[in-house]
Amino acid sequence: MMRLKLHVWRQKSGGTQGSFADYDMTDVSADMSFLEMLDVLNEKLTADGSDPIAFDHDCREGICGACGMVVNGEPHGPRKATTTCQLHMRSFKDGDELWIEPWRAEAFPVIKDLVVDRSAFDRVIQAGGYISVRSGSAPEANSTLVPKLDADAAFDAAQCIGCGACVAACPNASAMLFVSAKVSHLGHLPQGQPERYARVRKMVAQMDAEGFGGCTNHKECEAACPKEISISHIARLNRDLLKAQLTAAEEKKVSESA
Amino acid sequence: MANTTAPSRDLRALPAAPGPLGLLDSTIGQKIVMATTGAILVGFVLFHFIGNALIFAGPEAINDYSHLLHHSHGLIWVARAVLLLAVVLHIATALRLTAKNASARPQPYKVKRDIATNYAARTMVWSGPILLGFLLYHLAHLTFGVTPGPYQHSPEDVYSNLVNGFSIPWVSGLYIVSMLSLGYHLFHGVWSMFQSLGINHSAYNPRIKHAAIGLALFITLGNISIPLSVLLGLVH
Ligand code: HEM
Ligand code: FES
Repeated sequence: MMRLKLHVWRQKSGGTQGSFADYDMTDVSADMSFLEMLDVLNEKLTADGSDPIAFDHDCREGICGACGMVVNGEPHGPRKATTTCQLHMRSFKDGDELWIEPWRAEAFPVIKDLVVDRSAFDRVIQAGGYISVRSGSAPEANSTLVPKLDADAAFDAAQCIGCGACVAACPNASAMLFVSAKVSHLGHLPQGQPERYARVRKMVAQMDAEGFGGCTNHKECEAACPKEISISHIARLNRDLLKAQLTAAEEKKVSESA
Repeated sequence: MANTTAPSRDLRALPAAPGPLGLLDSTIGQKIVMATTGAILVGFVLFHFIGNALIFAGPEAINDYSHLLHHSHGLIWVARAVLLLAVVLHIATALRLTAKNASARPQPYKVKRDIATNYAARTMVWSGPILLGFLLYHLAHLTFGVTPGPYQHSPEDVYSNLVNGFSIPWVSGLYIVSMLSLGYHLFHGVWSMFQSLGINHSAYNPRIKHAAIGLALFITLGNISIPLSVLLGLVH
């Protein structure tokens, strides 16, 4: 059993001031997940009649992207390629002091304690992170061939779970890794081609409007990403945007005359 | 549990206007401007250093080269116009992006650990203005010859200007410190330039990284060697 000293960000609601509250944990098992450690603390807080610490979580198996907090300055804590829910207390030592904070970004306002509003990501997706297809019966599986390398690249990008750790880690709170993963995921596949260049212009415009910062190539996002999405996707996003900007005029004329 | 909803901002942002000018309306487009103007400036500092290095070939070589530049039938003014435009766009865009980046995280972290970034990348907004200050001093010093102090300026004799100028230790010191800033700016900037322009490929990345570091070192150490050689009496 480990003893830990926690400093947890507590904030009643978006409009109120927050501050750190200190908690001493005496009986932390190395086999607990980080969220289970917080569950234990919350049971105690509830039993004492105080407000439990609010944090987001859902699958608790590293695939939904709901969880996430900054632990000692690192989004999702110290373990590489690991979401907070998959982080275990064996990653810490007896006597450790942990500072636990929400994602901090203008575009991700705090809702309560460690829970932030990530609907900015949803609006970026709504702006262009889709393909237009006929719904109804599924097409025959092999009717559209996808080269192996493209399929692999699309799969790598599609691993993004939209947790927002890239924004949390970036010194500029930039969403470039997220947006680039979504743009790459669709842009590598034949089904994503018709809307490829319109998509990138719309998604980038929405990203900027949400108040995320710009990329200055620090690579902190790549280091923090629990799915190890590469910044090569950001370079590809930059390429696609450049091409989209320079060719957009023609697209417009065609659609006007049609 | 309080079911607070965050301020709704269901903005529907319109894409930037099509065409190259629309690049100025997005953060990515602005980075493309930074990278393109940065590339022009890198090209300049590289050729400028090669010109400066003629000091090691003796007074005649560097003075002839200076004469050639100044009697280039106006070409020098074309180059100066392009460089001025690049510097203005580079700085204006840097200020815009820096302001946007600063407002993207109004509440800082209590504890933040940097894992992948480095000193040069974090201090681009400082090494940049140092370079601007240096640029103004440098022009006043060796182009216009209007800096205060014992330095004697003669427009026709670049060699003597360099020797006279750099014989004053604090002047040399200023140049050396400024060139270290340039080194840091280029260390991050040259690699960053490739990434911003979308030139990233697993087969070439290590070579791009090494070429960027090599270029930064070459320009920085090369330029530093000039005031240093004068101070040490190797060039006199
Ligand atoms: C004169 C004042 C200058 C200021 C205020 C300035 C500022 C900046 C800033 C803020 C950045 C972006 C940093 C980042 O992306 O991390 C940058 C990038 C860059 N700068 Fe400068 N800079 C200046 C001069 C120069 C000079 C003289 C050169 C060339 C020798 C240069 C070359 C570059 C390059 C190549 C980049 C990379 C562009 C990119 O990231 O795509 N800069 N500068
Ligand atoms: S709770 Fe689903 S990824 Fe952590």
